[in-house]
Amino acid sequence: MSAYILLRHRDIPDLNQLDVYLKNEGFAAFRKAVTTLSPDEVTDIVKASGLRGRGGAGFPTGMKWSFMDKNNWPHFVTANADESEPGTFKDREIMEGNPFQFLEGVALAAYAVQANTAYVYLRGEFWQIAEQMDRQIAELEDAGLLGDRLFGKNYSLRIYTHLGAGAYICGEETAMLESLEGKLGQPRLRPPFPPSFGLYGKPTVVNNVETLTNLPLILQNGAGWYRKIGTERSPGPKIFCLSGRVNRPGNYELPLGTTFRQLIFEHGGGIPGDRQVKAIMAAGASSALIVATEEALDTPMDYESVPKLGAQLGSASVIVIDDTVNIDWVVNKTVRFFNHESCGKCTPCREGTYWMRHLIDRIHAGGASWQDVLLLKDVAAQIQGKCLCALGEFSVEAVLSGIERFEADFREAARDRQAEQPLLVGAGLRSDNG
Amino acid sequence: MLAEKYAQEIDTILAKYPPDQKRSAVMPLLYLAQREEGYVSKQDMLEIAELLEITSSEVGSIVGFYTLYYEKPGGKYRLQVCTDLPCALRGADQYLENLCENLGILVGETTPDGLVTLERVMCLAACDRAPMFQIHSPEGLTYHEDQTVESTHKIVEDLRMREAQA
Repeated sequence: MSAYILLRHRDIPDLNQLDVYLKNEGFAAFRKAVTTLSPDEVTDIVKASGLRGRGGAGFPTGMKWSFMDKNNWPHFVTANADESEPGTFKDREIMEGNPFQFLEGVALAAYAVQANTAYVYLRGEFWQIAEQMDRQIAELEDAGLLGDRLFGKNYSLRIYTHLGAGAYICGEETAMLESLEGKLGQPRLRPPFPPSFGLYGKPTVVNNVETLTNLPLILQNGAGWYRKIGTERSPGPKIFCLSGRVNRPGNYELPLGTTFRQLIFEHGGGIPGDRQVKAIMAAGASSALIVATEEALDTPMDYESVPKLGAQLGSASVIVIDDTVNIDWVVNKTVRFFNHESCGKCTPCREGTYWMRHLIDRIHAGGASWQDVLLLKDVAAQIQGKCLCALGEFSVEAVLSGIERFEADFREAARDRQAEQPLLVGAGLRSDNG
Repeated sequence: MLAEKYAQEIDTILAKYPPDQKRSAVMPLLYLAQREEGYVSKQDMLEIAELLEITSSEVGSIVGFYTLYYEKPGGKYRLQVCTDLPCALRGADQYLENLCENLGILVGETTPDGLVTLERVMCLAACDRAPMFQIHSPEGLTYHEDQTVESTHKIVEDLRMREAQA
């Protein structure tokens, strides 16, 4: 037995070898599902467990499956392994250390929605992981755990890997489907959502790697067991990716509802040089900046509590910023990221992130006036609510919360210029993305 | 010709997708085309277009959109350093600056022997082990974490030795 549910490889050596995984009840849940449960029964168990999507949105997984259009076939399952959010590195550890539990999760999701084909969409940088996964899938086929007429039943399943090629936007579910279809990774207008119009226009489930990795133990141990972990409305364990200014960065599998203080100080070993925490980003670069007050540090990290701090839990990628860091520098980093990763489809995001980048560059370089800060705020506000996907929204989170909650840092950056008018925006601009 | 050289691999790739959805194979085929020279040539794009029954400009748009495909040759090894926020909080900017000095090139440049091109890239999902980089070469991608300029210098020297022996 392991103290972990997801990162079990940490105390079961060689769990990424099929024989070891099988010795540890591997594929027992999938066998049980296919041989003794109907697809709807599997969905009902997952619904009862309260499992919510771990990719960021926190949408109830079982409910998502039940939206699959049963009058339109075939169905597909796609695993989102495009992990690209700055501050997020959990799916990579799962796929390296505990890949078979993840693949069993893919198989369970596929059985629940009666899909015979599943794709794992990995970011292109996970080239080595994809190579290993291809071999692991072949081993599963050889062992009769994937393939045709599984366990003597009338159910067949093939899983394939598909490598992206360096585009953050492909983590957005419809952009990922477009990419899988061989097109530019640009989001679709929603609705229709993937359960009615997904891959090749067919009903499709898109689930995150961590979400899927929860499934085998939920099916093995039951929904009641799962609900005992975490909180009433956010059940289960979560992998918190801790990065930035902490002594022990890394992945921590903890119940949802663990406080920021517990994560950063008890698990993460506190801040180097015993500095103060100044700000926290809970959902990677897409986060609003949380002011690290005592109250904020004692806030439980779950889908309900973090919004009370004016932020989101998202994928639980906790970036710690200490009091040696200027927030205008942080915003410069996040804006540059989103400017680079904007897919170019929606004008407010494509143009807005470009102008935000030039403004924050100048503010950060000390060449701007307070009017430029106000202009930056204005540009950010014009991106909000005007784009097809969340990337545009994400790009302004740190900008707006940073200016509002850490105004002094921006005042300081703009202190040398008293100009009434903003500098001529566009002067001396270049179109590179360096 | 890709189709002759990699006939078996192309069949394996195409078999992953429904027969009427061949276009899905464009990304894996571009990786295949890039394997030897480290970039995708115009001729490759034409061949892939023909194989998948799409236009070469459609293939070209994919090459332009995704950052891991290259239209021009670079160094044999692309050393790609992440300097996004979490890595930068662990000193990645300073590391990259020192690395430039060590290699004697600027970001975007290639060492005079044509071996290493130094690039700055976006988040690589290794934030807890920064500074870090990946090496993108015709052989694939490898991660190198918890780096110092000294450890990276050694990796580059090892690559040089390997090349000299090859």
